[in-house]
Parts: sequence; C-alpha cells; structure tokens
Amino acid sequence: MSDDIVNIEVNGKAIEARKGQMVIEVTDGIGVYVPRFCYHEKLSIAANCRMCLVEVEKAPKPMPACATPVAEGMKIFTKSAIAISAQKATMEFLLINHPLDCPICDQGGECELQDLAMGYGRDVSRYNSGKRVVKDKDIGSLVSTDMTRCIHCTRCVRFGEEVQGYPQLGTIDRAEDLKISTYVEQGIDHELSANIIDICPVGALNNKPYRYSARAWEMEQRATVSPHDCVGSNLYAHVLRGTVKRIVPRENEEINECWIADRDRYSYEAIYSSDRLVAPRIKNNGEWQDISWDDALTKAADTLQAADADKIGLIASSAVTLEDSHLLVQIAAHLGTDNIDHRIGRRDVSDQANDPLYPHLGCSIAAIEQQGAVLVAGSNIRNEAPIIAHRLRKAALAGARISFVTSREYKYFFDVADYLHGEGLVDMLAGVLVAAAGRKKPPASVAKLCVGVSASATQKRIAASLQDADESLVLLGCIAGRHAAYSAVRALAVVIADLTGAKLGTISEGPNAAGAYLAGVLPHRERGGKERAAIGLDVAAMLDAAMDAIVLVNIEPDADIHATTDAVAKLAGQKYVIAITPFVSDALLEAADLLLPMGTFAETSGTYVNAAGTWQSFTGVANPVGESRPCWKVLRVLGNLIDAPGFDYVTSEDVLEEFRAQVGDLETNTIGKASTRFTKANGEDAPADEIDTPLYSVDALVRRATALQLTPAARRAAAERDA
Amino acid sequence: MFNEMNRVISYIKTFALWELLGGLSVTLRQFFRKGITLEYPEEKTPQSHRFRGLHALRRYPNGEERCIGCKLCEAVCPALAITIESEVGEDGTRRTSRYDIDLFKCIYCGFCEEACPVDAIVETRLHEYHMEAPGENIMTKEKLLAIGDKYEAMISADKAADAKYL
Repeated sequence: MSDDIVNIEVNGKAIEARKGQMVIEVTDGIGVYVPRFCYHEKLSIAANCRMCLVEVEKAPKPMPACATPVAEGMKIFTKSAIAISAQKATMEFLLINHPLDCPICDQGGECELQDLAMGYGRDVSRYNSGKRVVKDKDIGSLVSTDMTRCIHCTRCVRFGEEVQGYPQLGTIDRAEDLKISTYVEQGIDHELSANIIDICPVGALNNKPYRYSARAWEMEQRATVSPHDCVGSNLYAHVLRGTVKRIVPRENEEINECWIADRDRYSYEAIYSSDRLVAPRIKNNGEWQDISWDDALTKAADTLQAADADKIGLIASSAVTLEDSHLLVQIAAHLGTDNIDHRIGRRDVSDQANDPLYPHLGCSIAAIEQQGAVLVAGSNIRNEAPIIAHRLRKAALAGARISFVTSREYKYFFDVADYLHGEGLVDMLAGVLVAAAGRKKPPASVAKLCVGVSASATQKRIAASLQDADESLVLLGCIAGRHAAYSAVRALAVVIADLTGAKLGTISEGPNAAGAYLAGVLPHRERGGKERAAIGLDVAAMLDAAMDAIVLVNIEPDADIHATTDAVAKLAGQKYVIAITPFVSDALLEAADLLLPMGTFAETSGTYVNAAGTWQSFTGVANPVGESRPCWKVLRVLGNLIDAPGFDYVTSEDVLEEFRAQVGDLETNTIGKASTRFTKANGEDAPADEIDTPLYSVDALVRRATALQLTPAARRAAAERDA
Repeated sequence: MFNEMNRVISYIKTFALWELLGGLSVTLRQFFRKGITLEYPEEKTPQSHRFRGLHALRRYPNGEERCIGCKLCEAVCPALAITIESEVGEDGTRRTSRYDIDLFKCIYCGFCEEACPVDAIVETRLHEYHMEAPGENIMTKEKLLAIGDKYEAMISADKAADAKYL
C-alpha cells in the first residue's frame, strides 16, 4: 500500500482516500452529499458556515467535513443522529437572521439555503427577538445586493482574493455585526467579478439586469458558447418564452472551469437592444425603406451576379460561425472571386503566406496553468481573453514566471516577473530575441530587425525564464495582431520561441478566427489551408479598390475594422454594399446600400472553433428578433438565388457535416513560418502603432449591453476616448 | 304454474292502467309538498365563503397592490391559465407588468389562491359573468384589480370567516 492512501469508512462503506484530502472531497467523490454553504471546490477552505458537520468516530464532537483531513481508520457518519442534529442546529442559527422573502428573492427556487432549509430546517422558528437588517450596497451595474440575506459564508470575499486577485469585497466588524462590504463605496471592477453571483449560496448577490424578471423554475436551460473571445467559454442561456433572460456558466474544466467573463454573462442584453435590425432595408435614392426578404435577397443576388467577378468582395467578421464561413466561401467560389477575408483587425498582411493553418494558442487552455514561463507580447490579455488571463494568474501563483511586452502598461493581479513597456513592440521583442540568441548571432531571417539592438537586463531575464522552464509559451495577443508591423512582431516571436524551446501561441480576435481560417475566409487560402491559385484582395485592398459589390457579414465598419482607416467613408464610396448584420448603426446606414438582418449567437445554430482548436457546436437558444434570420439560412437562400451548386442544406448540421468531410484530417501546423520581409524595419515602429480595444468595446454585442456600459471599466474607456 | 299466475296478473294490470295510476300518485303527492325550486335570479342558493368563482387581485388598505410577482400561482396552476411577467417596480420592489388569467383554461381549482403568500389572487364568490367578444376571456391585471377593488368587502369578510379553519 502506498503511503499516500488512507483507508477510511463513510457510512459503513470502506473507501480509499488520498492523504490530505478533506472529508467533504472524499464524500463528494463517492456521491455522498454533505450539506455546505461556505465550501467551494475552487476556493480555499474557510469552515465558517458549520453546515457540513459530520460525525467522526472517537471525535468528541461533530467535525466540519470541509476542514477535517482524512486519517487512517477514520469512520465518518454523514447521516447519523449526531450529524443530522448538528446540521439542523446550524440551520436553525442560520435562519435566525435570514429574511423570509423567498417569494420575491431571485435566488428562490435555486437557493442552496432554501433547499437545505427544506431538509434541515424547522417549520417554526423558536427565535422571537428582532432580526438583523443590513443596508444594501451599490456595487455597480452588474450585481444587485440584498445584504440582509447574507449568511457570511465569505465565498465572494475568497473569490476576490483568490480568483480575481483583486479583493474588493471584505468583511467589516464581527459576530452579529459582521458585514460583507466594499471597504469604500465603489463598484466592483474586474472582468470576472460577476461570478460572485453564482457562488453566492443565497440571494445576497444577484444578477442586476435580470432582477425580478423571471423565476428559476420557469426558464429553459439551453447550452451555448460565448461569442466574445477565442476561448469559447461554455454557457447556459436561461430562456423564458423564447427570450434570453440571463446567461450562466456551463462547467468545462478544459476551458472555462466554472467561471465566465462578465461580458459573456451580460452581452445578451444587446439581443434586445433598440439597435436591432428587425427587417431587411434598402437604400433608394438615399432614403431607407423596409422591404421583404424575397425582394432583398433577389436584389442581393442580382447585384452579385451582375458584378464583375474580380470586383466582388466578401468580408466577414471572425464572429460568424464555421457554417456561415463555409457557405460564404462557397458563394465566393461560385461567383469566381478570391476577394474574401475575415481579418478586419489585421493591418499588416504582408506575411500572410507564412500564417499557421489557423491561429492556435500553442497548447490547450487548461495547459496554460502548467507552463513554467510565459511571455505575453502585444496583448492586453485581461481584455482580450479574461479566462486565459485567469489561467495565467493560476500559473503565476503556482510559480510560473509570466512576463509581458506591450508599449502600454496594463495592470495584473499577480506577481509579474518582468514587464517591458514604453518603446515600440518590435524593438522590445528584438531585444528579447538578442538575449535569447546569447552569444550566437540572431538568425539571418530576422537579422535586419536586430541591427544595433542590445538586450537589457529585463530582456535577458525574460529570455532566460523561457529557456529555463520545462514548459514555456510565447503568446501573441490581439494588439500584436493589429500591429502595423505584425509581420515583424510575428517573425521575432517565432524565432524567440524557436531559440528558447518555447511554444508559440496566438490570441485571436473574435470567437471563430480559427474556424474562419479553416473554412478559407482568406484571400490566399482555400478551405483546409490549401493555397489559392490566385491571391485575392485583403480587407484593406478591397476597401481601397473600386468594387462593384461588397458583402459585409456581422461587421460594424466604424468600430470593428482596423485593417484600414476611414472604413465607413471608403465603403460609402463603393458601388454597392450589402451588409448582413444583427444591428443597425449610423455608420452602417452611411456605408451600406442593402441591410439584411441576421440573428446573433443566441438565435443561430453553428460551430465555433476556439483558439485551442476545439470545435464547439451549439443550437439556437432564443427566438429570432423581428424578421432576422440565422446567417447560414440567409447565405443558403442567397446561394440558391445565384444558382450555386449543392446549396440544398436543411440544417446547419448538414453544412457542418459537409465541411468536415471536405477538410478531412488536418495537419496541425500551429506555428507557421517566420517572415523575412517586413513592412517596418527596426526602430520604425512606435507605441502609437498599437491599437487596443477596451474591455467592453470588443464587439457589437458588448457595445450594446447596457449593464456592461455602466461599469467602471467602460466609463474609464469612454472618458479616455473623449479626452 | 307460478309463472302463469304472474302473466295473468300482468295482463289484468295492463288493462286496468295500474302503472299510469301509480305514476300519477307520485305527481299527486308532490303536488301537496313544499317546492325546492328557486326563482333564479331573484332567489339564490346559499354560498360557502369558500366558493371559487371569478378571480380578483387585492390591494392593501393603503392602495398598494398586494401581488409581489412571485409567480407561485403561475407555477402551481394545473391548467396553465396564468401568465405573468414581472419587473422591478417603480418603488424598487418586485412587481408584475402583466398578470393574465385565461378564464377558458381556468378550472377554478383555487390552487392559485392557496399558493399566494400575500393573499393577492383570490377567487371570489362571483359566478355570474359572461364574455361577448373574443379575447374577453383573458382577465388582465387591470380587470382583476378592478374586481378586487369593487368586492374587497366581500373578499375580506370571506377571508375572515375562513380564518378559523386555517
């Protein structure tokens, strides 16, 4: 028998447990339920609710299961008279101060306290003195508070300290007067903060936009996937009569654990914003008119067929699904154009031939925690992928050296090993490369970028950390992807990864950049990464050229396109612009000639491929708003109207199946090659070349989510924009 | 032998109109008895204070709606006759923005009244009502509150009478 194993008995059943495990972990593992409020798998042990008291043989009194380590020969009874009476007594104390407002409490029906009170509570209270009343706090637009309901489990406090690393909630006073509070009056301000709603076992912390609008039992729970970042967090949409009422996390240890970013949780508000395009609209002599779907699609098909094939451009965002992308590529092929692209944020496409098969994270999302050293270059990672930032923080707490290179300094809530900022990204990375090369000369491919560059002590430390760690990773973020000298940045990163033995990963924009790459929404590659015979125009080239027809899919030209400047004016100057879009904005009204309403992520079925290469399919969870239709259906009918072959799909699964069969097994070239030709040489790039998107401006949905726009983060970004 | 006797008696009874006279004797007896028929609608049968008729939504004496939008009545309704939408009210409390009862679906079981934690939805003793146009079977929040306002005296008297049995 190994030393790590102890033999214990739970309710008379012999169990082997690992040394150091707590009793509650063992009982959870074998499916024996012990009631609890303060214990949470992902948080440290507090043992302050006392609900999990169990009887342990030879112990003088009941022991808290969450804080009692197993020991050899331990006999545990979770349902004995002593255990039950201890739990009942604890419940009686908890209910002394808990208000009886379950009928109006949003937690009613899904409340741990309510459920356990059914099992362990007395029906009549023996307490007849006054109940404690606590003043509610205003902690911002995301989380509502009813602090009288608080049972002081401190899960929210521990979440702030341990998961966010940014403790905003804490306890004030003691005993009867104990209160959970922000120390000074302020709104919670972290990209993961709203997870305290889920971990609160009672109704003290609740979803503010959802407040009082539905009950837990009347909603349907439907699985979906987050459309905001390359993580693809798993979500449940809670739907009442076809309307999304709230979003909660769907546990997936491989991807998002049990947390989701606040924007995943609240962006559903945008689905019902007044900006939704509810019917097809056409511009007639500068006047916008509603038209029927039939007329709109016929007009679109006629325009595309009448246009010169070389002068048709198709631009999608990376938030369209794999199915939409596949259909769009087929439509382009049928029309005979190679002008198709999804890289609306990428300014430097000069090295596109060297791109990997698709932008990959370099390892699985969960594996980020196992890295010994990570260099994050050109990324505001807390904004770009909050879940990856959380994984990085976990890695840092486990001892990994996490370094950052960006021109602007961003705040992180863990010990950052080294932070390079201030200069241009290319220069700073070149220094790291020189340090990594050590005494050797930098490889010839990037020699031009390293001329006259010497490594600082910081750069040497960063290079050494990557070299020394068993597992190390170089991550290129969205700021790098939008950088005016991206080819140089990527070439340097490829060589740094090569020299240090690190993996190279990319944090891509949007939820489905990988899918768009695979489907071939690119001017230089077909589906499955095959090179196109002729290279088409990229986003910037299309907008700069005089095209006959441009199709925009799920794009707001004013806010989403970074590939070129003045996108709206350039589009307005084109002959005909068809926009398939969920939202209507002034910019779209100016730029487009025909607007076709498409469903948001909640109203369409489809598949997103996340940065780790995981294909995640989801179904439509809500009824489409107005006349809007899932994008794949719009494209399918458009395909029929232009007589594209094979467009007789009945479901989006048919499209996916066909795509899967066509791409077959994919080779996993996730790094790509380093470029040798650069748009900007050493010393030419500047911090101004970096474009950062604020946390709550990343996409059209987030920009229209009222609650998110009222957060301190969004208000800071707005103030900065105005200044 | 016995059968033949019965046949003869039956034969005689047929010609003597025996059964007709028997029936008429019942009529004659009833003629002198006190009648049990009520002259509805001038006369009415007595009702229990628990009679389950038309629904009403009640208010507190200060005019505040009782209903807190908890949707327990909606959940318990076996006929799915109740549809509620709730929101944050003007005073920041949980309030209904829509409270519909479909009288065609309702089976008048009284579960809604029983489930209500604040005695807001009640079934009154009103049972004489009719609909003329399509859609009138939907009792909206306004209609239900109006009934509650009009018959509050009766409702509270019934509740008081029932209190001792709770």
